[in-house]
Amino acid sequence: MALPTSSQTVGPFFSCGLLRNPLNDLVRPETRGDRITIVGRVLDGDGVPVPDAMIEIWQANADGRYRHPEDDQEARLDPAFEGFGRVGTDANGAFRFNTIKPGAVPGPDAKLQAPHINVTVFARGLLNHLSTRIYLSGEVLNATDKWLQAVKESRRRTLIATPENAPGAHVYHFDIVLQGKDETVFFDF
Amino acid sequence: MKSPAPYRRIANEVHPPHLYPDYKSSLARAPSHALVRVKQTLSEITGPSRSRDWRDGDADLTHANGGEALGERIMVAGRVLDEDERPVSGALIEIWQANAGGRYAHPSDQHGAPLDPHFTGIGRTVSDDRGAYQFMTIKPGAYPWGNHPNAWRPNHIHFSLFGAGLATRLVTQMYFPGDPLLELDPIFQSVPDEAARSRLVAKFDIDVTQPNYALGYRFDFVLRGRAATPMEA
Ligand SMILES: [Fe+2]
Repeated sequence: MALPTSSQTVGPFFSCGLLRNPLNDLVRPETRGDRITIVGRVLDGDGVPVPDAMIEIWQANADGRYRHPEDDQEARLDPAFEGFGRVGTDANGAFRFNTIKPGAVPGPDAKLQAPHINVTVFARGLLNHLSTRIYLSGEVLNATDKWLQAVKESRRRTLIATPENAPGAHVYHFDIVLQGKDETVFFDF
Repeated sequence: MKSPAPYRRIANEVHPPHLYPDYKSSLARAPSHALVRVKQTLSEITGPSRSRDWRDGDADLTHANGGEALGERIMVAGRVLDEDERPVSGALIEIWQANAGGRYAHPSDQHGAPLDPHFTGIGRTVSDDRGAYQFMTIKPGAYPWGNHPNAWRPNHIHFSLFGAGLATRLVTQMYFPGDPLLELDPIFQSVPDEAARSRLVAKFDIDVTQPNYALGYRFDFVLRGRAATPMEA
């Protein structure tokens, strides 16, 4: 068996290579589903914004299907939705994605997982990328989701994006805190 | 629906710890809580590798803006495999690197070495049916950084790979054989396992070397392999 290749940090200069075409708007006019916007900031252990992070997201379409050969569910693909986005944080550590609310995807126990957006975080200082999920507040399935249940109750709120008061727009707030008291839950899978 | 097999776990010594105090940038950014261990689902087994048309590659970095880049031309070639040594085809591979003088074409690079107008230092390609890939580029220079007094990064090329699933996402750096800075570099040294560390060092390969044109280096990637059994029902 071959030894896997080790991870190394992206360092400070990745944006020229990885963010030539930042992709933070996943929605086209004909994309199916409810439009949502995710806004947030990446913060370090001192509460200082991280201006040199990159956030990648991966999600199912409105019907809960991933555009991938190993997702052979009967749910429809959406020709106007890829499900991948990536963007860098700005000088204030902020990022934003325009996307659609993902449908629920089955878990390994065949029960539906709560709707979620998979998030991968890269930054100078991170020797390994970090994986988390954005869940949406108010979803019934949040109560039974296996991954949420694997997290201590006091930390679950770090995974749940909360709606902002923006009339007519479904804007959810999701901060990524790398370290400390309000540290976002990161997963190992 | 059939259940695809999850990816195997990687031994702890292969990847760096999150907190590695010699690497100062990890001090305020490494998570302090243990990661929450969970079972993979369709969300981690699928991934963005196949979902976009990423085939508009630029695997030759030696020309830009109507001229030839300065420095020592090198060919970097290898294969993307999984732990069972099966080829990973269709993997998007993106690279970025400093120029021959050790300077990135990036606005926040403050190093005093000159920029090269004919070198952008960025490239991408997709692995073929055998998992093979190659880049023609310039050997990057070492550069100083602020981690500790007289700190210098060894010569390196940054690599980003998307394998078949989110669980195989990899960002790493490729180093060069015989570099005296490797021993002093906290980022390279953060990999606990010595064999894993040495796998980050490319091998000079006369068969990859292009006669009268460029020295050749071989660098293979090994992504996580599949568990024998499907996800638990
Ligand atoms: Fe670098």
